[in-house]
Amino acid sequence: MKKEKGLKNRKYVIVGNSIAGVSCIEGIREIDSDGEIYVFSDEEYFNYSRPLISYYLEGRLKENQLNFKEIDFYKKNRINLFLKTKCEKIDLDRKILYTTSGNFEFNYIFLGTGGKPILPKIEGIENTEKGTFTFTKLNDAKKLKKYFEEKEIKKVVILGGGLIGLKCAEGFLGKGISLTVIELSDKILPNTFDSLASEIIENKLKENNCEIIKENTIEKIISKNGILKEIVLKDGKKISLDVLVIAIGVFPNTDLIEGTKVEKNKGIIVDEYMRTNFPFVFAGGDVAETYEFEGIKTVIPIWPRASKQGKIAGINMAGGDKKYEGMFIMNSVDFIGISTISFGITNPKNEKDYEILKKVDYEKRIYRKIVIKENRIVGAIFLGDIERAGIICGLIRNKVDIHLIKKFLIDDKFGLLILPESYRKHIVKGEGIEV
Amino acid sequence: MVKKILIREEYCIGCRLCEVFCITEHSKTKDIIKTFKGNEPRPVSGIYFEEVGYISFAIQCRHCQDPPCVESCLTGAMYKNRKTGAILYNKEKCVGCWMCVMVCPLGVIKVDLKNKKVASKCDLCIESGFPACVKNCPNEAIILVDEKGERIEE
Ligand SMILES: Cc1cc2nc3c(=O)[nH]c(=O)nc-3n(C[C@H](O)[C@H](O)[C@H](O)COP(=O)(O)OP(=O)(O)OC[C@H]3O[C@@H](n4cnc5c(N)ncnc54)[C@H](O)[C@@H]3O)c2cc1C
Repeated sequence: MKKEKGLKNRKYVIVGNSIAGVSCIEGIREIDSDGEIYVFSDEEYFNYSRPLISYYLEGRLKENQLNFKEIDFYKKNRINLFLKTKCEKIDLDRKILYTTSGNFEFNYIFLGTGGKPILPKIEGIENTEKGTFTFTKLNDAKKLKKYFEEKEIKKVVILGGGLIGLKCAEGFLGKGISLTVIELSDKILPNTFDSLASEIIENKLKENNCEIIKENTIEKIISKNGILKEIVLKDGKKISLDVLVIAIGVFPNTDLIEGTKVEKNKGIIVDEYMRTNFPFVFAGGDVAETYEFEGIKTVIPIWPRASKQGKIAGINMAGGDKKYEGMFIMNSVDFIGISTISFGITNPKNEKDYEILKKVDYEKRIYRKIVIKENRIVGAIFLGDIERAGIICGLIRNKVDIHLIKKFLIDDKFGLLILPESYRKHIVKGEGIEV
Repeated sequence: MVKKILIREEYCIGCRLCEVFCITEHSKTKDIIKTFKGNEPRPVSGIYFEEVGYISFAIQCRHCQDPPCVESCLTGAMYKNRKTGAILYNKEKCVGCWMCVMVCPLGVIKVDLKNKKVASKCDLCIESGFPACVKNCPNEAIILVDEKGERIEE
């Protein structure tokens, strides 16, 4: 990767100082050690890992344990960091970024503005000033914590039984609070799990006194003097409550490019170099729509993707040449002490087009499922026992033909030795070394 | 300089000495008897040993150039040492999110589910400077090479 000739002393601006933005810094500095880099965040923290806010809510981690890069990272990389600074407008003709801390000229800009929580249109939602929360930022977790300290909270309802909703719910367990999760689908974690895996987690939640209401949603929110009082569900059921957390998902935050000619669909559209339709405008992470695994064009809001895309964007902005190869949805989440890992298609609609291998131990709450299509693994669930799950990740990514090793995939002997020899040698040898 | 441990599975005789010496090297006393017979907590081996029928083989972290575990780590605990290229991790920072376990195609990161920490991962024996598994493999099934693939002996 060589630095492109022509531009010396490049000026880079990076909007968003989360994992995509930080990885972009690393990408740029891999190639260009002199260019000026300006980083902007509308949050006040020098960085923190968003997925850890539930650990903070729970009390497992303190505020000063949430950062994923040390403060000297910015000094070492000679970053001009602007916190509490909102980027308001980009002038694409003159290449100027307008922010609340002044205007900045640039040669290259990276948009790592992430996602925004989706707020449903519920009658009365605009009138609740106190008691209704979202849960995607550290300040959300802080506000929630403070509300609990100031008020006597007896009843909490969480709208959304996906990853964020359940991680938030976990923060309230065992605190003597009555807790309900409301999910529109017929099972919790509908996007990543099948019914059995969902059921195992659901039962564990219920054992911990968390009520789960499925195939239902909130139709009306009733407040008194701005303070949340009661919700009415679609089926007419009424619940009095003190706190409502809305966690039905996130949506790409494309505010900054509204009114510009930067192309977007659901997210900002970028090519495999993370470049938008403007050659000096790059994007990556939860805001970016890319070609993913198997050529599917989409936004997958997960940490490793933001990390990878930010880095690749940085390398290319600095004149390098690196392509993004696409990812599939995957996650590793611990729910109330049950570790889970899921990959790709876990719950195919037309089951007959797939081959499914399963191993279940109800007592121990251990479950493994492998979804196969045309002799390739396309999805998997590991629950309770996640050891060596990454081998499956590799088999999916490398589209390895598994027809000879099928019977070992859910066997106790599952490991590298059962893999086709050529593939095993390929991954074992690593970069450039013969085995 | 980036060193690499090579696995030559056709030479592995399944003696598991690599595991024994890996554990010893990462123990407090680094004394084999005290590690196995004393009452200090015994570390977990950084090596995965596998055996199916007559074939056996031991493997540890490959210290990838583009490490997916580092890329996926939610806390910044997993990192790449810029000088040596070794992939190391900071136990203090680790919260046991298992993103690294999810993405490692070799499945060589061991977990401690109870304490929510990565239990062990090969660190190339940074302290002593020469990998204990290489040093103690009786049949040269595990060897150390430099960037060019030239063999390094202690
Ligand atoms: C509770 C929770 C748990 C999660 N758990 C997991 C998990 O277990 N595994 C996983 O893979 N993923 C998880 N995720 C998702 C993961 O956090 C995201 O995929 C990741 O943070 C995306 O990174 P990003 O840099 O693209 O965007 P973000 O992290 O959303 O950061 C964008 C940043 O840009 C700032 N910004 C936006 N607009 C502007 C502007 N105009 N001016 C200045 N600054 C601006 C924002 O304030 C924010 O700081 C979780 C998310 C949440 C909320």
